[in-house]
Amino acid sequence: MNIKRLYHQFASPPYFYRISGLWLPYIMGLFVLLFAAGLYGGLVTAPTDYEQGEAYRIIFVHVPAAWMSLFIYMVMAISGAIGLIWRMKLAEIVSISSAPIGASFTFLALATGSIWGKPMWNTWWVWDARLTSELLLLFLYLGVMALYNAIEDKRTAARAVAILALVGVVNIPVIHYSVEWWNTLHQGPTVTKFDKPSIHLSMLIPLLIMAVAFKLYYIGSLFMRVRTEIIVREQKSKWVKDLAEES
Amino acid sequence: MKPARKKRLFFIIFLVTGITVAAGFALYAFNQNLMFYFSPAEVKQGKAPVNKVFRMGGMVVEGTFKKEKDTLKVFFDLTDYENTVTVEYTGLLPDLFREGQGIISRGKLNAEGVFVAEEVLAKHDENYMPPEVAESLKKNKK
Repeated sequence: MNIKRLYHQFASPPYFYRISGLWLPYIMGLFVLLFAAGLYGGLVTAPTDYEQGEAYRIIFVHVPAAWMSLFIYMVMAISGAIGLIWRMKLAEIVSISSAPIGASFTFLALATGSIWGKPMWNTWWVWDARLTSELLLLFLYLGVMALYNAIEDKRTAARAVAILALVGVVNIPVIHYSVEWWNTLHQGPTVTKFDKPSIHLSMLIPLLIMAVAFKLYYIGSLFMRVRTEIIVREQKSKWVKDLAEES
Repeated sequence: MKPARKKRLFFIIFLVTGITVAAGFALYAFNQNLMFYFSPAEVKQGKAPVNKVFRMGGMVVEGTFKKEKDTLKVFFDLTDYENTVTVEYTGLLPDLFREGQGIISRGKLNAEGVFVAEEVLAKHDENYMPPEVAESLKKNKK
């Protein structure tokens, strides 16, 4: 199939609405399966840690959530840029629909980190480079959402939001490299480095399963949000009216 | 690509590079302030603030941990394998505190050059493994 045609098909809201509806049950089904497998692997079959005992098990939620917080921001910024350059409606919707999901993952990463930090570090919170830049990411997401809601015309709002999201992109490498560039209380990277991961294979496997599960959850919940937004924006068009009559 | 789209694409590239460069310079200028702690070597060289609370991080030297009888006061040496500073602390220690482990303490230097800590935080490293693996690693080292 021709790539350009595929691109134009996907850019069309009715086509995306139909296809995403077909895919959604499979994505969510696979998410539930992997999420259950990852949790079981992380909480039951993975061995205890030699230093931290059982408390380390929070990483099976904390680390994938933190990865997602960065990944979703990049999706939001890139689709925002595509919307800005090509004025593609669907890209604008993907960008703004990603913000609440990304904000939730950021909050989850901060909260689980804090709960782990109290017994392990002896503090809930410190203003080191990693924790501060991650908190800034949460505020960027909240700022994107607030700005979008503050502007009446949704197409203008999407453009303003895309620029804010692109400005915030500078924070992403800062978050990732903060633990290498500066002295921080937060430990260095365990998995996302060029070296061999410094985590035992029996713990790495459930961690990666959880990471894939979280990614599927993001795609699934993004599809749901995008579908709703498409219907709201196109409620006056013929295909939506036909759809409403069908059901 | 249509000229209008090209213009918008260049605008975005310009925006992102501009901000990256600006943020890079700003972070570079603030580099010292972004350091969460000083190392014992920096403290010995007098780089740490005098008569002011600051943080010092390093490894707890094996065999230097001493506890005062009937109180919560403890003493231990902190090293970065270059210089060593003795730390005095009264209070509860975190779970991960042990000899050979990295920690960060917040406090002041007193007249004798002893670091009087108000707070001790354990710094965890990035290694995760089951106890049996840690045990065999230790054996192979010896």
